[in-house]
Amino acid sequence: MTRLSQSFPPNRAALVAFVTAGDPTPADTGAILDALVEGGADVIELGMPFTDPMADGPSIQEADIRSLAAGTKTADIFRIAKEFRERHPDTPLVLMGYANPMTIRGSEWFADACVAAGVDAVICVDIPAEEDESLGDALRAKDVAVIRLATPTTDAERLPQILNNASGFLYYVSVAGITGQQQAAQASIEEAVTRLKAGTDLPVAVGFGVRTPEQAADIAKVADGVVVGSAIVEIVGEHGKDAAPYVRDYVKSLSDAIRTAREI
Amino acid sequence: MNDTPPNSFRNMPDDRGHFGEFGGRYVAETLMPLILDLEKHYRAAQADPAFEEQFNDLLQNYVGRPSPLYYAESLTEEVRKDAPDGKGAQIWFKRDELNHTGAHKINNCIGQILLAMRMGKTRIIAETGAGQHGVATATVCARFGLPCTIFMGATDVARQKPNLFRMKLLGAEVVPVTSGAATLKDAMNEALRDWVANVHDTFYIIGTAAGPHPYPELVRDFQSVIGKEARAQMLDRVGRLPDMLVAAIGGGSNAIGLFHPFLDDPDVKMLGIEAAGHGLDKQHAASLAGGGPGILHGNKTYLLQDEDGQITEAHSISAGLDYPGIGPEHSWLKESGRVDYDSATDTEALDAFQLLCRTEGIIPALEPSHAIAAVTREAVKMDRDKIILANLCGRGDKDIFTVAEALGTEI
Repeated sequence: MTRLSQSFPPNRAALVAFVTAGDPTPADTGAILDALVEGGADVIELGMPFTDPMADGPSIQEADIRSLAAGTKTADIFRIAKEFRERHPDTPLVLMGYANPMTIRGSEWFADACVAAGVDAVICVDIPAEEDESLGDALRAKDVAVIRLATPTTDAERLPQILNNASGFLYYVSVAGITGQQQAAQASIEEAVTRLKAGTDLPVAVGFGVRTPEQAADIAKVADGVVVGSAIVEIVGEHGKDAAPYVRDYVKSLSDAIRTAREI
Repeated sequence: MNDTPPNSFRNMPDDRGHFGEFGGRYVAETLMPLILDLEKHYRAAQADPAFEEQFNDLLQNYVGRPSPLYYAESLTEEVRKDAPDGKGAQIWFKRDELNHTGAHKINNCIGQILLAMRMGKTRIIAETGAGQHGVATATVCARFGLPCTIFMGATDVARQKPNLFRMKLLGAEVVPVTSGAATLKDAMNEALRDWVANVHDTFYIIGTAAGPHPYPELVRDFQSVIGKEARAQMLDRVGRLPDMLVAAIGGGSNAIGLFHPFLDDPDVKMLGIEAAGHGLDKQHAASLAGGGPGILHGNKTYLLQDEDGQITEAHSISAGLDYPGIGPEHSWLKESGRVDYDSATDTEALDAFQLLCRTEGIIPALEPSHAIAAVTREAVKMDRDKIILANLCGRGDKDIFTVAEALGTEI
């Protein structure tokens, strides 16, 4: 968890980069993760593919299908994570996915596997605060952060429940919708980030629909972190096994924009 | 609401929407405020006599309830021919296939659209497998003037053309879903994706007693009209309760609707019938028989899945049963031992389908044909003075093309 808290520098926003584990095959993910780090990503989100990713748009759905078709198993994902941790001892790694693959062997098993692989935090899309005990207790007991999501539908009454037991950072889903679709208006993002930061000391990272360096820079002016997922996953989809250099160049364009955003 | 003793089987779920370890609210955060709001509105509706009055009025005058309770004498005689001496229970049907739109689905749709309007929602979405829930949803949307989008797996679009056309006639937009196996599960994923993007104005009419709390509870409550009527009709006609209830189970809404009002009658046995497809050792849709507990589509319940928690594809000849999960209350009733669960294969369902056509002049849907297959198995083991009551939850007009193909007949 320390790695995670140190990855949000005070003077600029952090870049949080997402790819789906095992896409296009488990053997390719290592090089793609390295490319994210080389390109300047501060935090890595490794997506666990699921057969029924109901919060995801077509890009990540297709990535999950490619990964599962290549035979990706949960054991492969933890192996990918462990090897990443050996190569990159200081870059925080977050597992993101759905409840069923995370809880099928029991929450204790999953928490232990996270610790063994050097995973710093977990985002579970379909375990809201109300069902936290299905996974959160076991993770926190092992010092693995449980990252919560706030959305445009999160009102003042709801926010304290989300923040209760939240750790790592707060992920603001800027659009009520699925991943990879349109981006929210800058004004609404600013307003939301201000509101969320009034309620928590956790860093606030903003995602959903961020594609261009310009969009990333705009968000970097107001938020502690910028999350980019579908746009990276689409590059992997386009270039397959040869995606790493393209991913690195794209992530660098985002990272450069974020690093200079507050100077302008 | 539940005036039941503490050891009752009828006081689930708890206030967090859990049926024992099952059920719950496993949804994306964007949907949480909405389902909490839905629960609030449902509690208010339950406390409002005007809601019940409007619901009952529509069921009576629009749906055509109460549906008849029918003694299937000819089928009973046919089954007795193969039964040992003195065996061959009486077979009775709750005729929910006679409802407006041809299945039990409309009961729930009436209840949910009244809730949607109480919440001020102006757009309706739904998923459908066989198309019966889609038709029922399109029907109530036409009746109440709300625009309606139905998500239907592309595989089901192909095998349920008559219902597709019905939905269109009723003014619904039907979106074919091509992801996964393009059946009911995938339609539900796509409906959830639409919902999360349109939470401000959209109400999701879930078609079965599954999904996040409070859906399993409210769908059960709306469908319980089946069991309440059947219980009263049975007492009125024969002066006692049936010995066994039988119903087919996909998600399980017709079964829970029949079973729930009888759960605290200890002498009434209950049997839920899952779809065994090509056989339980092959591809099937029997999540209780061949699956394990997991989390999907907003609830924890029995699912067909692999060791990593990836959902595996179901198969049933019946599009309405072709789903890799089951409502959470059934998972709990199985583990509590109150209800027994068994299955019937595609072939057994097809045989039962034809048997009912020939003996009773009733063309059943393929879904209740699974229940009828089990009824014939059970009846021969029971004494002649015993009563089996099965839910004939849908009519088979929609299935004639599927059945013709399975029988190798061209129409």
